[in-house]
Amino acid sequence: MSIAWDAFTPASALIGGSIIGVAAALFAVLNGRIAGISGIVGGLLRPQAGDLSWRIAFVAGLVAAPLAYSLFAVLPEVQIDAGYAMLVAAGLIVGVGTRYGAGCTSGHGVCGISRMSPRSIVATLAFMGTGFATVFATRHLLGL
Amino acid sequence: MYTVASFLAGLVFGLGLIVAGMANPAKVLAFLDLAGAWDPSLALVMAGAIAVGAGALLLMRKRTRSLLGAPMRLPSARNIDRRVVVGSLLFGVGWGLAGICPGPALVLVGYALPKGLVFFAAMLAGMGVFEFIERKREPATA
Repeated sequence: MSIAWDAFTPASALIGGSIIGVAAALFAVLNGRIAGISGIVGGLLRPQAGDLSWRIAFVAGLVAAPLAYSLFAVLPEVQIDAGYAMLVAAGLIVGVGTRYGAGCTSGHGVCGISRMSPRSIVATLAFMGTGFATVFATRHLLGL
Repeated sequence: MYTVASFLAGLVFGLGLIVAGMANPAKVLAFLDLAGAWDPSLALVMAGAIAVGAGALLLMRKRTRSLLGAPMRLPSARNIDRRVVVGSLLFGVGWGLAGICPGPALVLVGYALPKGLVFFAAMLAGMGVFEFIERKREPATA
């Protein structure tokens, strides 16, 4: 392992992380819910009366974030290296996996660990583990 | 009110992802690439989010209603079963393939990049597959 010190952005990571924490706190304090993105989006596919508007609003907030950011500062560039076939495969797996596992980086990772839930800690270790393993396999074994 | 609060929470969450660098799949993959030139930044994103979120979440656990009067709906599941383990293992594979998890997927939709839209559509389809299988399996409760 070698640490890419030039790419390491500790200040923006901590500030951005804290903002995410504020969002999760806001959502729990005001609406009494967990800011788990996969659950919020997945629930849209299981429509129930009175359960849709808050989900759509949360999703709309996330989608509006780049526009809002660009009103105050230059929007950071993003880079998606995966090709289209890979993105389709990855998206399908993320969709099925997060619903089957009842959570993702936000619900299990941020909120679950914040609540010190053993179930979420196990889930986070599981997806971090296969995340590391998958990148190792694709980059260093298969050379994709 | 709940809808406004939801939008606000989603917006702040998305801004946090952008500031943190989590909305950039290349940076996420650089974090997951332990054997390459490792960028540890995202560990600090998690640490920052948990440090700030933990107080509020642990405090709210004892309440029955939110500040706006909504019933508290924090997750009650505690069991560590095959579903949560296998599902999370699977999710990690997809995360490692593209460097995109559900939150950043929505932010990337806001970036209006074709690749972001394709990932999001595929993710929704995957969630749809899950719903389809669940409904077939448990028609009474789904």
